[in-house]
Amino acid sequence: MLHTLSIGELGRSLSSGQVSSVELTRSFLARIERLNPALNALITLTAEQALIAAAAADRRRSAGDEGPLLGIPLIHKDIFCTDGIRTSCGSRMLDNFVAPYDATVVTRLKAAGAVMLGKANMDEFAMGSSNETSFYGPVKNPWDTSKVPGGSSGGSAAAAAARLAAFTTGTDTGGSIRQPAALTGVTGVKPTYGRVSRYGMIAFASSLDQAGVFARSAADAAIVLQAMAGFDPRDSTSIDAPVPDYSATLGEPLKGLRIGLLREFFDGLEARNTALIHDALKIYRSLGAETLEVSLPHLPLSVPTYYVVAPAECSSNLSRFDGVRFGYRCENPADLLDLYKRSRGEGFGAEVKRRIMTGTYVLSAGYFDAYYLKAQKVRRLITDDFRSAFGQVDLLIGPTTPTPAFDIGAKIDDPVTMYLNDIYTIGANLAGLPGLSLPCGFVEGLPMGLQLIGPHFSEARLLNAAHLFQQATDWHTRSPRGYE
Amino acid sequence: MTLTRQDVEKIAHLARLSITEREMPVYVTSLSSIVDFVDELSRAQIGNVEPMAHPLDGEHQRLRPDMVSESDNHEKYQANAPAVQAGLYVVPRVIE
Repeated sequence: MLHTLSIGELGRSLSSGQVSSVELTRSFLARIERLNPALNALITLTAEQALIAAAAADRRRSAGDEGPLLGIPLIHKDIFCTDGIRTSCGSRMLDNFVAPYDATVVTRLKAAGAVMLGKANMDEFAMGSSNETSFYGPVKNPWDTSKVPGGSSGGSAAAAAARLAAFTTGTDTGGSIRQPAALTGVTGVKPTYGRVSRYGMIAFASSLDQAGVFARSAADAAIVLQAMAGFDPRDSTSIDAPVPDYSATLGEPLKGLRIGLLREFFDGLEARNTALIHDALKIYRSLGAETLEVSLPHLPLSVPTYYVVAPAECSSNLSRFDGVRFGYRCENPADLLDLYKRSRGEGFGAEVKRRIMTGTYVLSAGYFDAYYLKAQKVRRLITDDFRSAFGQVDLLIGPTTPTPAFDIGAKIDDPVTMYLNDIYTIGANLAGLPGLSLPCGFVEGLPMGLQLIGPHFSEARLLNAAHLFQQATDWHTRSPRGYE
Repeated sequence: MTLTRQDVEKIAHLARLSITEREMPVYVTSLSSIVDFVDELSRAQIGNVEPMAHPLDGEHQRLRPDMVSESDNHEKYQANAPAVQAGLYVVPRVIE
């Protein structure tokens, strides 16, 4: 039962010679073959390359190498460029795109000896909260295949929950790691803006995008984030600051930690979801933390702010897809304008076109001040709210999502209702803060997430707080039926 | 509807997106509802706030020295292009 082991346990099995990386990789590949058809969590399987990488990891180990991720299988979200391997971003536009280089996240995990099994399904260009906008079809939630896994990193979340790999990567622009982590019952970490390099990560909204990790525990996530984080001169938004040893501080007592309960997160939240958060607070108090209520008065404006800023940036970033240099090109263009319009019109799906048009509208002459400039000002007010809250507390706590996983098809025709899924996660992106979602219980048999948000570069504190919660509870060890 | 069909046609043109007849009414409705939704911002009391462009205070995008850092990989990059001839990207004729 190799898929039930933590990354630490797998590392010990590998170093004692109980199992080789090739055997471990074969066992996960067999699991993918058996379980993925019902989930659609992967766009591309790279079995052959995986076995080569696993054999190389085994050779490194026999030569004395001992890294914590050496020979450990993972799945990358298909937004990260992988040299020589199709990188689709969930879009028809890039269905034929073979990346000519590796993203820094891919390079770093390769260097650590992790073994890529394949590329995970996702909402098209990471735009969606349900993984239903993918050109490759929706991903199913392993807890109930009639439900969405969340999005945009839905394939990565479902794969982690179904134990198709030891861990998976994701990206989070407005909640795309934390929301699917909550809906699939895994631990998801969105680091501080600039903590993990975005070189080779296909851009959606550049002032918000950040890469992160899905794992089955905070302890596993700490190991993976350690390998991903750090300065990269190839990303002009990468922050040149030392990366602390995330695993070293796991287990530090929480005595005296001040946890702020975000008042705005409970307005309209259903009683049973509220109860789960209050149960979690009791655990934190029993661990020595103090809890107090705090208010972020501008937070209710975070969703409209986001849906101006993110589409504006997306309309600019996605202008690179022109049917000329890479990606989809329409048949028989009449002239250059027709080539641009039909390549983009046919290559992009409905939600991506909707966001490009929203962004084009808010940036167009006559509307820029009313929408984009205004949103940038409100963004500062929201960020200032967080700053003053962190003057009183060490971390903020609340639900990750308003509801557990919803039915496939339930919200896809109503964009505004879909956008409100991210109501609790967007604030951290607007302020560039790190956030983490961890399983905290079930509602009607479906997992719910507890969200922790900390000041900039407080990933170690968040991981430790999540780890101690997971030492005191067993929600994170639950598996969906059929995936145990 | 906040946006008319003509508005959406203009936006689609600016964004260089072809929209089919069948898609058009869906976009008129959904883009109108999104614009109505983000209009909530107009009610916010802003005052004299500096617009925020970077999520981290005091951080700005670094400049790098203006030096060649990449080698010539055009063949590898152009392998992804829909049409290439003699190392050049092929597009419909633009000058008669």
